[in-house]
Amino acid sequence: MYQVGNLVKELSAKHGHQRESLMPILQGIVQKHSYLTDEAMVEVAKELDMSAAEVYGTASFYTFLDTQVRGKYVIRVCKTITCSMKGKSDIVHTIEDMLRIKPGETTPDEMFTLLETNCIGWCHKAPAILINEMPYTELTPEKISEIIKDYMQK
Amino acid sequence: MENKGLNKVDLIFEKINPKEVLQKAFNMTSTEIIQDMLDSGLKGRGGAGFPTGLKWKYTAAEKSQDKYIICNADEGEPGTFKDREILDRVSTKVHGGMAIAGKAIGAKMGIVYLRGEYRYMLPKIMIELKDFHKMIHEIGYDFNIEYRMGSGAYICGEESALFESIEGKRGEPRNKPPYPTVSGVFGKPTSINNVETLVTAMMIINHGAKNFIQYGTKDSRGSKVFSVSGDTPTPGIFELELGMTVQQFVNEFGDGDTKAVQVGGASGFCVPRKKFVETIIGFEGVPTGGSMKLFNSSRSMYNVLHNYLDFFAEESCGQCTPCRVGCQQLLKGIEKVKKGEVKSTYLTELTKLADTMKIAAKCGLGQSVGNAFKSIVGNFREEIIY
Repeated sequence: MYQVGNLVKELSAKHGHQRESLMPILQGIVQKHSYLTDEAMVEVAKELDMSAAEVYGTASFYTFLDTQVRGKYVIRVCKTITCSMKGKSDIVHTIEDMLRIKPGETTPDEMFTLLETNCIGWCHKAPAILINEMPYTELTPEKISEIIKDYMQK
Repeated sequence: MENKGLNKVDLIFEKINPKEVLQKAFNMTSTEIIQDMLDSGLKGRGGAGFPTGLKWKYTAAEKSQDKYIICNADEGEPGTFKDREILDRVSTKVHGGMAIAGKAIGAKMGIVYLRGEYRYMLPKIMIELKDFHKMIHEIGYDFNIEYRMGSGAYICGEESALFESIEGKRGEPRNKPPYPTVSGVFGKPTSINNVETLVTAMMIINHGAKNFIQYGTKDSRGSKVFSVSGDTPTPGIFELELGMTVQQFVNEFGDGDTKAVQVGGASGFCVPRKKFVETIIGFEGVPTGGSMKLFNSSRSMYNVLHNYLDFFAEESCGQCTPCRVGCQQLLKGIEKVKKGEVKSTYLTELTKLADTMKIAAKCGLGQSVGNAFKSIVGNFREEIIY
């Protein structure tokens, strides 16, 4: 659990205090901390002068605005048809073995979260994943284990 | 029926001098630009295929100080990745198309709504956007473009859900009418166009409507960028003239064992081998936003349909009952049929449900679930049952 500190004030100074500023502010928090805490959402509500329920209502609609604890690195494995045909399961199994978590879970040190997601637009280079913002494509079990190892050393 | 065969075209990624094309556009009147679009027969490249000229004409006719051009870059349809490639390679042409659209409808503000999955592209695009703003201000034209990011909701590709999202709300589609041309984002007249449509519009200004209509057929003018994936030796992005048959497409991209092509993604249609020859890819046959997925005989069409329905059940916004409950029931329904818990005639009941969703669902998502369902169940019934 992180402390949101001055981040909400900084983000609202950049994006404004209107209703339309809400998404960029929430996205800014997630970019830095991977997920939204209750404290962060209450803080945003105060800053934008709206109800916390409205903030939660908006956040909970969007897959990438997580309101549950997420690791520093969120791994999203595409599960839509082409990736699924081209070996998505092998990629998931390799990550499961390396990090000892199942899809939907976060490592106890809160470094990694493993999720399955819908089409991320790399069907011609399947199977593909996102780690935070970065796409990795044409994966094999060997390639993904190298990538995860790199992240473990970061 | 016209049949043009398979021809590769290079219009979208063609090198141009953007400044010259924009200068040409800014010297035209709004009416002239719109007339060019109408003459070109350009239809929206996002999938729905609404005539671009008409959309601009309706928005231009609205009397309002503030109007918006929105570029829909929330490319979420499974199997589509052309908009990412276009923005990556020729973002200036996308921005140029927006400025031209702005001139046509009388808008000074443009917003690109980019899907969250493509955020990694933003730093590069921001540099190119800065140069673009510099360029149009040099020409002496006042137009500004902002970027807004999505956060992983497929439904936000639906135009009114996209407006809600820009306004900072849940991405739930609105009732229509009013249409966006009258009341779009922030309640202002808005023209919302797909990434590829905007680039095509700029190329129509560059080459003239007369040259553009040389390509394609009466119902589907011009060329289109196709995203090819699945069982093919050559997956990727290809710009092709509209009007070819599925057979011609398969001859070029198939692996020799293609049993079905899903045209238009999860919300599109499945074309089985026996219909390859007679089916034209375009608005006179099967329309597509560009997604072309090939399946060979090693694939189970049950798994394909299950994957699509699982996708829709997750991505339904949940606002209207036909879609929220319908998607879940279709998914559970085919699972029950597969396990033998219900008779195979249950598929007929499910087809009726898909028909009801087409009529009763509030937006395009719920209305188009039946496309894949009916075309896969209709053509591969045995694979769903056994």
